[in-house]
Amino acid sequence: MRPLRYTRVATVEEAVAAAADPASAYLAGGTTEVDLIRAGIARPDHLVDVNDLPLAAIEEPADGGLRIGALARMTDVARAAGVVARFPAVSQALLLGASEQLRNMASLGGNLRQRTRCAYLRDGISPCNKREPGTGCAALDGLNRGHAVLGTSEHCIATHPSDVAVALVAFDAVVHTVGPAGPRAIAADDFFLLPGATPEREHPLAHGELIVALALPPSAVARRSVYLKVRDRQSYEFALASVAAAVQVDGGVVTDARLALGGVGTKPWRARAAEAVLTGGAADEATFRRAAVAELERAVAREHNAFKVELARRAIVRALVRSRDGAAA
Amino acid sequence: MPVHAHDANRGPGPEPIVLRINGQARHVALEPRVSLLDALREHLGLTGTKKGCDQGTCGACTVWIDGRRVLACLSLAIAVEGREVETIEGLADGERLHPMQRSFVEHDAFQCGYCTAGQIMSAVKLLEEGNATTDADIAEAMSGNLCRCAAYPNIRAAIRAVREAGA
Repeated sequence: MRPLRYTRVATVEEAVAAAADPASAYLAGGTTEVDLIRAGIARPDHLVDVNDLPLAAIEEPADGGLRIGALARMTDVARAAGVVARFPAVSQALLLGASEQLRNMASLGGNLRQRTRCAYLRDGISPCNKREPGTGCAALDGLNRGHAVLGTSEHCIATHPSDVAVALVAFDAVVHTVGPAGPRAIAADDFFLLPGATPEREHPLAHGELIVALALPPSAVARRSVYLKVRDRQSYEFALASVAAAVQVDGGVVTDARLALGGVGTKPWRARAAEAVLTGGAADEATFRRAAVAELERAVAREHNAFKVELARRAIVRALVRSRDGAAA
Repeated sequence: MPVHAHDANRGPGPEPIVLRINGQARHVALEPRVSLLDALREHLGLTGTKKGCDQGTCGACTVWIDGRRVLACLSLAIAVEGREVETIEGLADGERLHPMQRSFVEHDAFQCGYCTAGQIMSAVKLLEEGNATTDADIAEAMSGNLCRCAAYPNIRAAIRAVREAGA
């Protein structure tokens, strides 16, 4: 592992000041950062440890939303009563991710900053436009069974690995940050960038900009939400396809729908085409299937991942049925 | 509270740090890049915690920090200064094994034994966390501890026995 300098800070102001050093990176749970530094993929000279900042609270405002401190650990968020009641898909997504040890370490802010598990990024050798812009993408014609089918470009097809980010995007979470230019709020859907011609750029954050909180606006339909994850192993594995879904039904008609996909997109994928089909439609499997087909219309499959297109469609239908039937019960 | 709340730019050379391990203060000079796992094994002679993958995948290095099971390979030693670290060496009461250690022996819950320390540190916390009411829950809550000998049925039996004895 490369040599590092280390600074432990106690306030957001100290953190931002310490991170002004261009070779610095923030250290929270470390589950991605330490791993990537050891692998030689992340190359900071200076770690700014933010774990002592007072940013771990999970607040349940009276309006029905949530405000989750960026340093709240996955375990604590998953089991918070307000999260389970108000946004069950957020809780389920967290519990279906990683292992208990990793969930005890990893922070929510860090979860959003985690990098793709694409093996070609992580091997440090293969052409990879994320790691070394301009070198190409080994996944395009390589082993791409786990790669994305939505939001891809000719420069990158790496899948975004987060589960909870899928649920956050479905329910219009807002990412609050503080940086050298002061505080700002970024819609979660805008926080994750499509690879396009610049896959090395994954977030709109400036250097030294720190995530301080995630806010979820109140949502009635979110109380019926589910998170469905399909993977190669029963536990402790990334998604092949996953779905955060919520439908509100009145008289057999869908009156509100939220849908987002994981495991198939280069970013946590808000399924707006499907939502448009669902809203106002009959709450039956035929409509759910039409919505799924509409969302996957723009899918671009490669040699080994074509199965994800149909897998995602079926997962969407199953997740919508679960939300609908839960709502009816 | 952190011991060094405002210490800036420590390292990259060795820094004097104090680690609280199994209730004892241990003074050691470490570069900031040294993991807790390497600090335990290479600098403090505590080799009960095992290095499997060294990338946060296998769970062999499971220890407790501030009472929670975590991975020592993904923790930097300097970053756990001021926190309480507990390892497998701290589990037994002198010569008297912890009930989970005894249960692993009684149920033959290992073959090569390399993952066992991590399995036991994880299993003790699993029962404390209180989320393992069914056998399926045990399997799920232990999924972060891999056993390449696949002693899983006996590992689950050992955990189940301790859970039932405590119920």
